[in-house]
Amino acid sequence: MTTKQFMIVNRKAPYGTIYGWEALEVVLIAAAFEQDVSMAFLDDGVYQIKKGHQTKGIEIKAFEKTFRALEDYDVTKIYVDQESLTERGLTADDLTIPVEVLSRAEIGKRMEEQDIVLAF
Amino acid sequence: MKFAILVSEGPYTHQATDTAFQFAQAVLAKGHEIFRVFFYHDGVYNATRLTTPPQDDRNIVKRWTELAKANNLDMVVCVAAAQRRGIVDDGEMQRNGKDATNLAEPFRISGLGQLIEAGIQADRLVVFGD
Amino acid sequence: MLHIINKSPYDRPALDSVLKTGTGTILLIEDGVYAVAKGGAAESKVKAALGKFKIYALTPDIEARGIADRVTDGVIQVDYAGFVDLVAENKTNQSWL
Repeated sequence: MTTKQFMIVNRKAPYGTIYGWEALEVVLIAAAFEQDVSMAFLDDGVYQIKKGHQTKGIEIKAFEKTFRALEDYDVTKIYVDQESLTERGLTADDLTIPVEVLSRAEIGKRMEEQDIVLAF
Repeated sequence: MKFAILVSEGPYTHQATDTAFQFAQAVLAKGHEIFRVFFYHDGVYNATRLTTPPQDDRNIVKRWTELAKANNLDMVVCVAAAQRRGIVDDGEMQRNGKDATNLAEPFRISGLGQLIEAGIQADRLVVFGD
Repeated sequence: MLHIINKSPYDRPALDSVLKTGTGTILLIEDGVYAVAKGGAAESKVKAALGKFKIYALTPDIEARGIADRVTDGVIQVDYAGFVDLVAENKTNQSWL
């Protein structure tokens, strides 16, 4: 099968809307199709991978576990924008998965290398 | 050139599906091909045949079905998103013990893999959403 | 690369985010077209960005919103057919939802 480069871009916070969850499903399916998949977290998207979500009170499934399963699907290219973290008082230590922290310009360059960029 | 289109919002709330429709028409008018239109998130509501908009408003579902029939388009609704939101065809009705169907023709319900396949097969994938 | 923006710059940071991240071509559609209305706070932003990006805006959306008489100079207007051409000309596109 043809392999294309897919980047899934997350710019929205979790739980307030479903987009983060459905983006994650796209990532897992693209990986199952053996595509070259990467993820980028920008703007409020960085909140999706913040550690310590306790979602019992809102009765919505937390997706921390699924993020941690990404490695099993060989999804290891996970980029996070430095500026978005700093703006929100976060560092890589606050995140639930290992990521590569990059500048916006560096993330922009990687976007341009893709065949398909899906933003949710 | 082969295009694929992803529609991620429902009709009548957000302009996304209107823009997607105008875009699809323009793609075909230019002599390009549409490999598939995929409906995800609330976009699955574009596929219910039970909508009844006022007469002086556009009929978004009918517009999609007419475009699809005239051009033999593959219109695919994400199964997981459809199940969550109550978009049902015969197969889903039987599998999940429901008492009705509402999927308009020629939409079909299938897996998210169809979106990835569209991305692989088409030269361009364009997303319309909120 | 083609960056498609459908958010008003007065409501959401999509335009700011593109200006900081990308290069190439921007197409403003739906509420995104408010960015190209002269006289608003976004005008200087758009003018500055014209040095780095080619900026297009969708005419039907501009007309629908009553701002056809005040489109910032240097912004190129396209119809849906032009939208299709922009997608075809750029290997990669992203809708900044």
